Amino acid sequence: MSRNERTARRARRARTVELVAKFITGACLLFAAGATVAIIGIIIYRGAPSISWEFLSTMPKKQMTAGGIWPAIWGTLMLTLWTAAFALPIGIGAGLYLAEYARPGVGTRVVRLSIANMAGVPSIVYGLFGFSLFVIALKFGTSLIAGALTLACLTLPVVIGATEEALRQVPTDLRQASLALGATKLRTTVRVVLPAAAPGIVTGSILGLSRAAGETAPIMLTAVAFFAPMPKSPFSQVMALPYHLYIMATQAVKPAPGIVWGTAFVLVAGVTAVGVLAAAWRTRQRSRIRW
Amino acid sequence: MTKPSTKTARTGRPGGFSRAADAVVRRAIALCGWLAIAILGAIFVFLLLNSFKALRELGLWPMVAGTDWYPTVDPARFGFLPSEVGSLWVTGVALLLAVPIGIGASIYLSEFAKGRVKNVAKSIVEFMAAVPSVVLGLLGVAYLSPVIQRTFGLDSGLTALTAGVVVGVMTLPTIISISEDALYSVPSSMRQGSLALGNTAWQTTYKVVLPAASSGIFAAVMLGLGRAIGETMVVLMLAGNSGLVPRLPLEAARTMTGTIAQEMGEVVRGGTHYSVLFAMGLVLFAITFAVNLAADLVLERQRKRWRR
Repeated sequence: MSRNERTARRARRARTVELVAKFITGACLLFAAGATVAIIGIIIYRGAPSISWEFLSTMPKKQMTAGGIWPAIWGTLMLTLWTAAFALPIGIGAGLYLAEYARPGVGTRVVRLSIANMAGVPSIVYGLFGFSLFVIALKFGTSLIAGALTLACLTLPVVIGATEEALRQVPTDLRQASLALGATKLRTTVRVVLPAAAPGIVTGSILGLSRAAGETAPIMLTAVAFFAPMPKSPFSQVMALPYHLYIMATQAVKPAPGIVWGTAFVLVAGVTAVGVLAAAWRTRQRSRIRW
Repeated sequence: MTKPSTKTARTGRPGGFSRAADAVVRRAIALCGWLAIAILGAIFVFLLLNSFKALRELGLWPMVAGTDWYPTVDPARFGFLPSEVGSLWVTGVALLLAVPIGIGASIYLSEFAKGRVKNVAKSIVEFMAAVPSVVLGLLGVAYLSPVIQRTFGLDSGLTALTAGVVVGVMTLPTIISISEDALYSVPSSMRQGSLALGNTAWQTTYKVVLPAASSGIFAAVMLGLGRAIGETMVVLMLAGNSGLVPRLPLEAARTMTGTIAQEMGEVVRGGTHYSVLFAMGLVLFAITFAVNLAADLVLERQRKRWRR
């Protein structure tokens, strides 16, 4: 066999191998994307038919086997809003610190490592922490506020990350221009840098919050009850969609399947809708700001 | 990136009020940053304080290595081994599924996919991360567990395998997006060099790009591992919560996260069982902390190497 032939054969084989590799890795991607599409499809297919105004707006009836899920929707909404109230100011502050003020050094490095590690702490451990600190030590009891504070700790790394990322994308020229005009660092930050970074900060934070809205384990220990009336104060127990879904899916008394899948649909649709709106808003804002 | 110097503001000599405000806000903002350390420290301290009773009465090693978990019989036995082994099986199954598929998908995304296909596929995969885990648990109960029960002829479809498969699917977005980042950050000059020498795109990928990105991919797997160990609702709903040490993934199992979630609501506050659950949380915290720290240190090194 001549040398030319051997080279040609090697090249052919390399091309075949490449095709096979493309096929296999493509199949992996197809599996991951397909799983997501299947999950969404099933939720819509089984959940959408049971959505009605009555389902969304009434209290559960007959030991949760009939009626609507209004208190769970309201509870999740309240938990998320309170979580935002705690997590946003602190998270944006910390993001500002890391992007604008922190000097490189051991201290900053430790702060960064802590934030990265906070993101990896299991949600049930946040639950234990929130339970022992907010419910027991601070005597909040099982309540909306204890749950929201717990969820805020859990969401903090996401908000910080989003803020820092957004701030880093603001060009240095803008800051220097403002400082050159005699503005203080604070004024520059508030009037120039923050507005420019706002779309990124808001979108990232909303995504973090929508993930918090779907968390079950931490609120199980700190905030929710199997059944609770509409909350009267931040110190009341609440119902929440994820926990309601967990109870409906696992308890011995079988509720109508429509309630279970309807609840799942509302939870996923809510989380998705908020995320999509946030992304759309960011795209619009981005097209307005030019630098 | 160069930062504007704070000195510019100072030499500008703005009014006394705004300078004072500047200083106050700077402190407040720094405080927010340092709060992360405080929270992480507080988590550790509160877990430790609450597990003190268990550590004193039973000792850490007898709990960590104990094989029996009978918290309600008298005398109660608090061995973590059943839930530790259960966590191991679930995590093992999850990684067996998610690591090859995740790395394969990220290779396709970074090296072969182009333009619109790439963007659409990426956002679909990332959407998975937005689905609450309790919903995935429901899907597992309704669709996966009957399949597993029938396929293997079991009495119940709630096994470590069932939970592991769903947890594996859950960890896919983490592994895919982080290893895609790692692959993408390999400078294209390296690819072009390899292609110019006559390698095909695939030869370039596995001889040049993959080795260059290996530490980032390793970090992605570690972060996926951390996610899988910490996942709670899916294992609570799907693993079957048996008290015995599971010898095979086809048996019902309990995990550390599931045990805490399930039993925390029923225990007497301040009792031994209560304290033991906090000790289990402490062990869980220590494991995930170590895993995530390792991943982050590797990622940081990689970032420094390919800084662009």
